[in-house]
Amino acid sequence: MNSLYYQKKLSRNVGDKFFTSLSVFCAFIAILPLIFVVTYILIKGGAQINSDLFTLEPNPPGDDLDAGGINPALIGTLIITTIASIIAIPVGVGGGIYLAEYSKGGPFSKFIRFGVNVLAGVPSIIAGVFIYALIVSTKILFGSMYSGLAGGMALSILMLPTVIKTTDEGLKLVPNELRYASLGIGASMYTTILKITLPSAFRSIATGVVLGIARAAGETAPLIFTALFSYYYIVGFEDLFYEMGSLAVLIYNFALEPYDAQNKLAWAASFILVISILSVNIFSRILAAFTETTKRV
Amino acid sequence: MIKTNKKIPKNIILSLEDVSISYGTFEAVKNVFCNFKRGDITSLIGPSGCGKSTVLRALNRMNDLIPNCSLKGTVLFDGTNIYDKRVDPVEVRRRIGMVFQQPNPFPKSIYENIAFGARINGFTGNMDELVESSLRKAAVWSECKDKLNDSGYSLSGGQQQRLCIARTIAIEPEIILMDEPCSALDPISTLKIEETMHELKKNYTIIIVTHNMQQALRVSDMTAFFNAVEYEDGDGGKVGYLAEFDSTKKIFNSPKEKTTQEYISGKFG
Repeated sequence: MNSLYYQKKLSRNVGDKFFTSLSVFCAFIAILPLIFVVTYILIKGGAQINSDLFTLEPNPPGDDLDAGGINPALIGTLIITTIASIIAIPVGVGGGIYLAEYSKGGPFSKFIRFGVNVLAGVPSIIAGVFIYALIVSTKILFGSMYSGLAGGMALSILMLPTVIKTTDEGLKLVPNELRYASLGIGASMYTTILKITLPSAFRSIATGVVLGIARAAGETAPLIFTALFSYYYIVGFEDLFYEMGSLAVLIYNFALEPYDAQNKLAWAASFILVISILSVNIFSRILAAFTETTKRV
Repeated sequence: MIKTNKKIPKNIILSLEDVSISYGTFEAVKNVFCNFKRGDITSLIGPSGCGKSTVLRALNRMNDLIPNCSLKGTVLFDGTNIYDKRVDPVEVRRRIGMVFQQPNPFPKSIYENIAFGARINGFTGNMDELVESSLRKAAVWSECKDKLNDSGYSLSGGQQQRLCIARTIAIEPEIILMDEPCSALDPISTLKIEETMHELKKNYTIIIVTHNMQQALRVSDMTAFFNAVEYEDGDGGKVGYLAEFDSTKKIFNSPKEKTTQEYISGKFG
């Protein structure tokens, strides 16, 4: 008869200890890249932050002077992401509403759900090449080729699946009783969705939209084919139809330059990009947490 | 002509004629004939799975929202078959309101809960007055009057349910359907709802599904007893039917059917 006391030497206890430590070790390794990347960027990039960075144009590489700032790229990223949001949010939310509220699980909605999942897995460079072929090379947008507008369109393709999926899932979480309540007092489907279901799901949809924006803002590949890059200040509306700088492409371009000044600028831009994406992600977390506490008891 | 030429007595507001309802291939309830009188409270009782809630939801086309649910036969409301292709279910639900099993106020203020339905129905009168009178009729005004701008969820379960009744009254329906409105409530709230129903009877026709036979006895004028029998082909599935429909007094004192007698005396169900 075995003793009831815990025996360290027992093979099952040794095995148990081993696998517990192995999984803890793997978990630690998994988080290491995040820690290294973030601290490295914070140290390397944080040192380059100054007020000129936000206000100046980048100087052309090769100058002996300092590299200047990243103002055009910063504003460019904001503009391109805004354009992407203006396209992707209405289409995505509309599609999500169809999937969650109107479709009855037929073949068409299954096809859309499948399509959305495939789209979510499409490499971002494909979105860039697609817009390049559709808009840039055909000069279809008032004769302009590379433009901020085209960049925004490419990013909207990447945002779309996230927005559709979170809208669909957010609406599915709304209890059916709420829909019945509204329909039961003679509200039409349209009123019910607009006034009852959509507001109830607003925060989870907003969370998804914010995550979609965060993903799009950091993309480089689609912008290389569509928005390209620009050294100059964005001064007016017509600049939308010309090449536009963005943080991600600035990093890509300047990190490869042989000059130290440009490399430093790339580090600074990385710092700003990482900080903004991180804070957007944290913001969405807070939004989601807030949703959970305000859910129906 | 949506209206039928068949003669229906004027005091009959709602009439089921040979109604069978199925979910997909599963027949839930079949061959129901039943007339609901204007101004009466009619209760639908019966064991679980006999199709009484299904029948209730059929009366204002809420079953449309359940995939695969189909209905055969006719449901005449003021002489109009509400299942006619030309009938707009939204309009039907405005005339025949519904209160559900779980209190389900909108995640809005108490005031907005009432005003929502009225507004979408094109109400143009004094909204404050309508909110007050609806809450008064549902006997929840005194508890709500000082916090009209608070969320509907801030009320207790029983108050929420009366808010839902007030919300239904605000659209001025002709019939109010109630699907086990007290099953989630404590006895005191239940009593209050029953008092509310007695008040409402003056202006509305009420049809209520209840599991509580004492409640049926207390509130209703007429009682329909639904029962379920196994299919004749004997594969174990059950189909509901209307076993007996009579005045509540008769159903509880001298039922004609043996199963009714057994059900109300608690032998099954």
